Amino acid sequence: MTDAPRETAETAAPARRPEMRVRPTAPIVPPANVSGRALMFVIAIMAFLACLTFGAVSMVRATAASWQSQISREITIQIKPDDNLDMEQALKDARDLALTFAGTRDGTIVDKAATARLLEPWLGEGLDIDELPVPRLVIVTIDEQSPPDFSAMRKALSEKIPQAFLDDHRTWVDRLVAMARTTAFIGTGVLVLVFSAMVLTVVFATRGALSGNRHIVEVLHFVGAEASFVASEFQKHFLLISLKGSFAGGFLAALFFAIAGFWQGRSIATPQSDQATALFGTFSMGFTGYLGIVATMVVIAILTTLTARFTVMRTIYEIDLVRSDPSRTDQLPDT
Amino acid sequence: MRRRPGYCHGGGRALLEPGWPLIHFENVGLRYGMGPEILRDLTFDIPRRSFQFLTGPSGAGKTTLLRLLFLSLQPTRGIIRTFDREISTIPRDELPMLRRRIGIVFQDFRLLDHLTTYENVALPLRVRGKEEASYRADVLELLKWVGLGERINVLPPVLSGGEKQRAAIARALIDRPELLLADEPTGNVDPPMARRLLSLFLELNRLGTAVVIATHDLSLMDQVEARRMILSQGRLDIYD
Ligand SMILES: Nc1ncnc2c1ncn2[C@@H]1O[C@H](COP(=O)(O)OP(=O)(O)O)[C@@H](O)[C@H]1O
Ligand SMILES: [Mg+2]
Repeated sequence: MTDAPRETAETAAPARRPEMRVRPTAPIVPPANVSGRALMFVIAIMAFLACLTFGAVSMVRATAASWQSQISREITIQIKPDDNLDMEQALKDARDLALTFAGTRDGTIVDKAATARLLEPWLGEGLDIDELPVPRLVIVTIDEQSPPDFSAMRKALSEKIPQAFLDDHRTWVDRLVAMARTTAFIGTGVLVLVFSAMVLTVVFATRGALSGNRHIVEVLHFVGAEASFVASEFQKHFLLISLKGSFAGGFLAALFFAIAGFWQGRSIATPQSDQATALFGTFSMGFTGYLGIVATMVVIAILTTLTARFTVMRTIYEIDLVRSDPSRTDQLPDT
Repeated sequence: MRRRPGYCHGGGRALLEPGWPLIHFENVGLRYGMGPEILRDLTFDIPRRSFQFLTGPSGAGKTTLLRLLFLSLQPTRGIIRTFDREISTIPRDELPMLRRRIGIVFQDFRLLDHLTTYENVALPLRVRGKEEASYRADVLELLKWVGLGERINVLPPVLSGGEKQRAAIARALIDRPELLLADEPTGNVDPPMARRLLSLFLELNRLGTAVVIATHDLSLMDQVEARRMILSQGRLDIYD
């Protein structure tokens, strides 16, 4: 940009103004350029993905935990019909016996109508329970924190009612616990991977966006700006970009969850929705969800700002390095 | 040709100043990388309030010498004292403070394209943490002085070569440096404007700034009786 005088521009200057007004001072780092917008876009995408992953993973973890607790909250006593057994009395006895144990809370006898409903899918409507040798159930809710002594309960039951069988869902619960643990573990792994990808992307994108501004760092340095001043100018600029980007990404992720939750609520009865709910839990951005989004924004803001600071300091360091080592002439100012 | 180290203490005024010159070079040599020595055995002073031309054929090392004066390059050998500090001993974080006492006009101007002429010229004051209100009038006055009074709100890409040059000069002058370095400052302007810029440098010099103008423009140098530092084949001859 040596010569090429543009006399046309010079003569076209706005003339005859008594007191020229100065525009409000522009920021030292240009507010919007292509690389800045690209960085904002990249940050928005990464924030979106990270928040989405965070939300999905915490949802799946919560669901896995609830599988476990719901099932282990109940035990069932099954009583097989027998000719010389008064079923109704046996059910009552079984319930009362179970409730004598510490750690039980409540016992419900599944009545005939409910039993018939349970069997409906297999045996069809309008069946007469009394005609069939159908086992009957007592559902006992227990205190998960201090469960009753199952083997003692089993022993007492079999002594009083030989046809009774106690199912504490142990096998199921063990399996579910293992599955829930695996799910949570995989979820955490995915979260770690996505966050690492986010960290790297944000750092490198910030450095990329900065590389186009090297001449600004140089000029500021040569007109006598201190390194900390230059760094803080760039930090401010990049903080703003990262906040805008990560807010957009986080907002979209929250919106996604809101829409998914709405869809789930609307179509609660459909089999697809029930399946999705059973597998993934409900799409809801709880307090932790919003906390996660805010935390992601904070992490991105810190990352971008620190990267900007570090890169600018490093650039200035390189400029000064030339000073002490004339063999490194690649970055000399063209005085 | 007579060669001698030019010790010159700007007339009677020197008595009022501290004893040391602004800049002192002693047996300074410089080579880039493994290349030949561009500058050899330079020994000279830049006295306070002095005015000098630095001249020599293209490629003689004028720009290199200005870089040494601006502390953006260290010599391969020899000693440079700037503001009575030996520059090899100055820690990095003190450089900005020293550079604030030196104004420089780069050959390629180095204006920031996203800032207006006014903002570019005000930049040195801004990075020193000054409030805009405190310097606005000064900046506008200087811009008028260099003939850019109508161009204050224009971005550099719209300026002509000569206008950019004047903006770069104004930026170097704005904080009244103790030493002004200018690399070919009249390279892009017509003779009347060159004379005007020269008188600006002389005026600044009268106010107490030492001035070094690198140029190969003989007609410019003929306009003033001033010290001439002539570089050729790595050596420096000084004519007071
Ligand atoms: N950054 C650099 N790296 C290597 N050689 C350089 C560099 N800058 C200048 N030179 C060499 O130093 C010599 C002097 O250059 P310069 O100081 O620009 O001269 P002038 O300004 O008088 O034209 C030239 O031969 C040039 O090729
Ligand atoms: Mg040159």
